[in-house]
Amino acid sequence: MEEIKTTDAANLEVFSEVLQSLAATDRDITVVTSDSRGSGKLVPFGQKYPEQIVEVGIAEQNLVGVATGLASMGKKAFAVSPACFLTARALEQIKNDVAYSDNAVKLIGISAGVSYGALGTTHHSLHDYAVLRAINNITIVAPADNYETAEAIKQAAEMQSPIYLRFGKKAMPANLNSNAADFKIGKGRIIQEGSDLTFIATGEAVLPCVEAAQLLKKEYNISCKIISLHTIKPLDTELLLAAAENKKPIITVEEHSINGGLGEAVASLLFQNGCSNKFKIIGLPDDHTVSGSQTEIFNHYGISAEGLRNTAINLLNL
Amino acid sequence: MHIAELKRKSIESRKKILKYIYNAKAGHTGGSLSIVDILNVLYNNVMNVSPENFSSKTRDMFIQSKGHSVEALYVVLADKGFFPEEDLLSLCKYNSPYIGHPTKSIPGIEQNTGGLGHGLPICAGAALAAKRDNSSVKVFTILGDGEMAEGSNWEAMMFASHYKLDNLCAILDYNKLQITAPNADVMGLEPIDKKLEAFGWAVAHVDGHNLEELSQTLNSLPLESGKPTFIIAHTTKGKGVSYMENVLKWHHGVPSKEQYDLAIAELDKELQELETVLK
Repeated sequence: MEEIKTTDAANLEVFSEVLQSLAATDRDITVVTSDSRGSGKLVPFGQKYPEQIVEVGIAEQNLVGVATGLASMGKKAFAVSPACFLTARALEQIKNDVAYSDNAVKLIGISAGVSYGALGTTHHSLHDYAVLRAINNITIVAPADNYETAEAIKQAAEMQSPIYLRFGKKAMPANLNSNAADFKIGKGRIIQEGSDLTFIATGEAVLPCVEAAQLLKKEYNISCKIISLHTIKPLDTELLLAAAENKKPIITVEEHSINGGLGEAVASLLFQNGCSNKFKIIGLPDDHTVSGSQTEIFNHYGISAEGLRNTAINLLNL
Repeated sequence: MHIAELKRKSIESRKKILKYIYNAKAGHTGGSLSIVDILNVLYNNVMNVSPENFSSKTRDMFIQSKGHSVEALYVVLADKGFFPEEDLLSLCKYNSPYIGHPTKSIPGIEQNTGGLGHGLPICAGAALAAKRDNSSVKVFTILGDGEMAEGSNWEAMMFASHYKLDNLCAILDYNKLQITAPNADVMGLEPIDKKLEAFGWAVAHVDGHNLEELSQTLNSLPLESGKPTFIIAHTTKGKGVSYMENVLKWHHGVPSKEQYDLAIAELDKELQELETVLK
């Protein structure tokens, strides 16, 4: 199997670098942290731009409230906190102060999904897509690679409406498809074309799909299409309905509960539009999450090259 | 604005609050009557804000954390000319923008509030932004006493003193009653002044219905340089209507026709007495 090259950069590190480059020419760029500047790789940002970083201490409700106040005064406020705390502890502030009040706060969920691995469920965010999908007026984005991350940050900085961006800690490829340099929030990105089966995935779950597609090609000569659906809300309905037209099986993959996330969003769209493709949602089941590293947890639940190959073989009746 | 004129406004505002709540058959009567004097002082004698400058970055900012007492805010904003007062006939009606909590869709309102414990963190962020921009903007909020049990307020209080936000003023509407019972029975606040001081705030007690005292105190901010200000405004829930004052059921009670007429008669009498004194 051809090894997919990753850079040394986690999407989180890319976030920090891009933000520093934006802050160099835009003094309204303001980062708000909840004792999270270390885990957010934002120490250099704080050193370079002390007047553009705000520390609130371990107080996530205040984090979002303060970011809202900053945004109301014209600051491009990035509220940065581990996704698990940001989207649970401060959910009412996200719902009322950011989304309902339509303040263009950029909510940055770091070390998302099961990035914290063996630290356990308190530190996992497997609910964030689900809860935020049910809130009006917020865009949800989980970039797959360094390129998507950098573009997402740049576009988020200029957005006039609320956005939630979610990153992991693990090193990711620089670009999963350097021919698709047209990242746009709200538009899915085709990582590769294929005719037998379609993977629709988001965030760090895209990479295992690419690896699984290589296995399927090599072992079964199966050709897979892969879509990085980095924007979970609003859904790119045009791209998704077009992808379902070939009536081939679809597998959705996400680092999130199988309840209420990417898979159910796509299923709802396709079913209501009369699609009858075979369909499988891969994510974390409604169960106590197994302990282990992020990779071990991914492997355990089949979010891996082998696991996804097996799911594909079953769907294709091979 | 002269205090006598403010006194007239204060009584007229109470009549309007009752009128629109009676018409809507809904509203937070007691709390609106409790904060309307503070609002009239803020909007007429303290804050640099008007329909003309509302889109300017230099306006002073008010966010009502106790969003449920929105009727008082609507009446004061209408009086300031932000929107026609008769709009309030649609209060709480189907498809009206004038819902039972503040929303930005209404001219003059800064943020959507209603969930408790949200105003102070937002104000703290705005005050910090003003500081960093070397702006003279002052930021105000009114909190309910029941709302002080929300942990987010105390997070914001730590933050505001840490960042020395002396351009921030929080006003406690201390009428000592919340929806279930007196604060003292639900979740005691005392000694609230010592708690606020311990969190690094400059604290003053005022009579929340004494327009002169309110004007004087709110125009002497910051009380201490480098510290945010907390004004503990001692108020009366249902203030101005004899049978509503300090009576729990008027938290969101709506008067009957007889009760409404009686309340208006009382306020009219007060207005007449004021006019006599002024002459």
